[in-house]
Amino acid sequence: MLEFMEGSHAVAEIIKRCRPQVIAAYPITPQTHIVEDLAQMVANCEIDAEYITVESEFSALSACLGASAAGSRVYSATTSQGLALMFEVCFNVAGMRQPIVMTIANRSLGAPLSIWNDQQDSISLRDSGWLQFYAEDNQEAADLHMIAYKVCEDHDVLLPAFVCFDGFILTHTYEPVALPTQEEVDAYLPAFTPYQRLDAENPLSFGMYATPEYYMEFRYEVDRAMQRAKQAFIKAGREFGERFGRDYSALVEGYRLEDADTALVAMGSICGTAKDAIDEMREHGRKVGLLNIRMFRPFPAQEIANALKGVSTVAVLDKNISLGNGGAVGTEVKAALSGSGISVYDYIIALGGRDVRKRDIAAVVDLAEKGEGDLFYGLRTEVL
Amino acid sequence: MAEVEGGGCELFSAGHRACGGCGPALAARLLLKATGKNVIIAAATGCMEVFSTPYPETAWGVPWIHSLFENPAAVASGIEASLKRQGRTEKVVCIGGDGSTLDIGVLCISGAFERGHDITYICYDNEAYMNTGIQRSGATPYGASTTTSPVGKCSHGNPHPKKDMPAILAAHGAPYVATASIAYQNDFIKKVERAINTPGPCYIQVHTPCCTGWGFESGETLNMAKLAIETGLWVNYEMVDGRIEKAKKVRRKPVEEYLSKQKRFRHLFKPTRQDDVIANIQAIADANAERFGIDIKAKEPSE
Repeated sequence: MLEFMEGSHAVAEIIKRCRPQVIAAYPITPQTHIVEDLAQMVANCEIDAEYITVESEFSALSACLGASAAGSRVYSATTSQGLALMFEVCFNVAGMRQPIVMTIANRSLGAPLSIWNDQQDSISLRDSGWLQFYAEDNQEAADLHMIAYKVCEDHDVLLPAFVCFDGFILTHTYEPVALPTQEEVDAYLPAFTPYQRLDAENPLSFGMYATPEYYMEFRYEVDRAMQRAKQAFIKAGREFGERFGRDYSALVEGYRLEDADTALVAMGSICGTAKDAIDEMREHGRKVGLLNIRMFRPFPAQEIANALKGVSTVAVLDKNISLGNGGAVGTEVKAALSGSGISVYDYIIALGGRDVRKRDIAAVVDLAEKGEGDLFYGLRTEVL
Repeated sequence: MAEVEGGGCELFSAGHRACGGCGPALAARLLLKATGKNVIIAAATGCMEVFSTPYPETAWGVPWIHSLFENPAAVASGIEASLKRQGRTEKVVCIGGDGSTLDIGVLCISGAFERGHDITYICYDNEAYMNTGIQRSGATPYGASTTTSPVGKCSHGNPHPKKDMPAILAAHGAPYVATASIAYQNDFIKKVERAINTPGPCYIQVHTPCCTGWGFESGETLNMAKLAIETGLWVNYEMVDGRIEKAKKVRRKPVEEYLSKQKRFRHLFKPTRQDDVIANIQAIADANAERFGIDIKAKEPSE
């Protein structure tokens, strides 16, 4: 049954059904509605969890790490400056192989201060060892949390995950969402079984110090687990489809790509706008399609190359900038398509909440087909 | 994660990589005598973490976790919440050095104490960042020379007195705050037992001389800890619900007897005697004696 609700509320409702035992979060726009909803659910005894009202995002993730290591399923949510403050803990959580799921309500990073959406925050943590999933709409945002717990807690993976959805554009938008029942979620996502935990009956040391003789092997193991996460995601996404009718087994998802000459590549809510723009362009005979990157870490380079092998031109929409080297997604897509003969152009777009309309998407396609790319799209040159 | 092997009758086993005469290593051993096995330790980055857990070896015979330099109190908050939800009974104890505790970790500690988690925080205070090579911290005493508060033409060492962390945490409403010293081992053990059995966040700052950082012979560690007490530069006391109780009384010796035995204070005596700085340090000891009432009066028996 579809219910009309805010994106943040849909995520909170799903988290409730995922039964985290410990929640630790610090309020930050535009993540606040999620953690407020969860606090109310705890206050109403609708959810059997400890809710730790930490004094910073740094402590939020640190507390999640401790609770996870002690054997609990945990949850946090943040964005932007909060995620930046967690930087050190993020690397630590992944290195210690704790399967923490955290929502990122994507937002730009200061300076200048901006509360509006782009994807600079989570993308800046791309090397941290967290799986990264990007939702196109609120249904997908809700669903991806269930899949994320299943993938992260898989003993072949044991890594944390960001479930990313665009701040305001999705977090504060009301859409129809189908929420599975508690029983359905329980059947899909059994109780957390830690691989190892802090336990006086079986004392183990976690987070030890590694000399150069051991450090590289630890990093290698994390990278291998990252690679295994692809298969785990495909399996969990397929099972989700079988149970709930929405299949997420694709790491990347094509839209009207079959006969496309030009493909847009994007992540998150901009894909919805791109699909509408593509439909209009198609009506005018333009052979344009879209590749939506659902999983950004581990990076599905092979899947991207396979999906785009029939196109001649690719336009990547990057809601981030690796300052001094273009957009992160574009850089990685170029690497994935290197040697293919496909022309790949990168467009830095929609930073700090700049709105993107269908005509902007069409304009990007025009630029790519003219061979003009690797630029900031939509700059207001009059204020430079 | 490594399996704990051997250890004999000690939960903190021998064979770790601390310097000979390490004060913090002794504090760790005494700590686990007090806690027993039913404990989970959340440790900060620092000397103790590095010398006790070089992968794949560990000295800890109890569950132990290290995450970062500044977050053991937050990690412990999560552990405590998790145990509560699971109905488990392990005590949760944080361990951090003075740099972690008084400087970089204050935010996490303040948060954990304000929220009232049932944890005990042990600060092993060796009065500088020893792991990185003897840089000053908020716990470095006035006048001590460190690599970042060096003596020079226009410096007589660290210009600031020690930060009063016990008072800061007592002000958070902590039910039990204490200071201790490895020179008084049964006292330290009793204080740990009291802290872990007191509901809510408790704090113990234990004075742990560092022969390498302070510059004294490794056989003198306990004597140095004792002299700190006997001069009034370190006071062992308990604060229960914010009120100071049971400060250890002494027949005070002049601070020079403590200072002159350590390389970090050598500049106060050679090449020329720094009477003004020594007087300032004596004034700190005098103020401690006044505040905690530690002076044994003429007819009182010694403790």
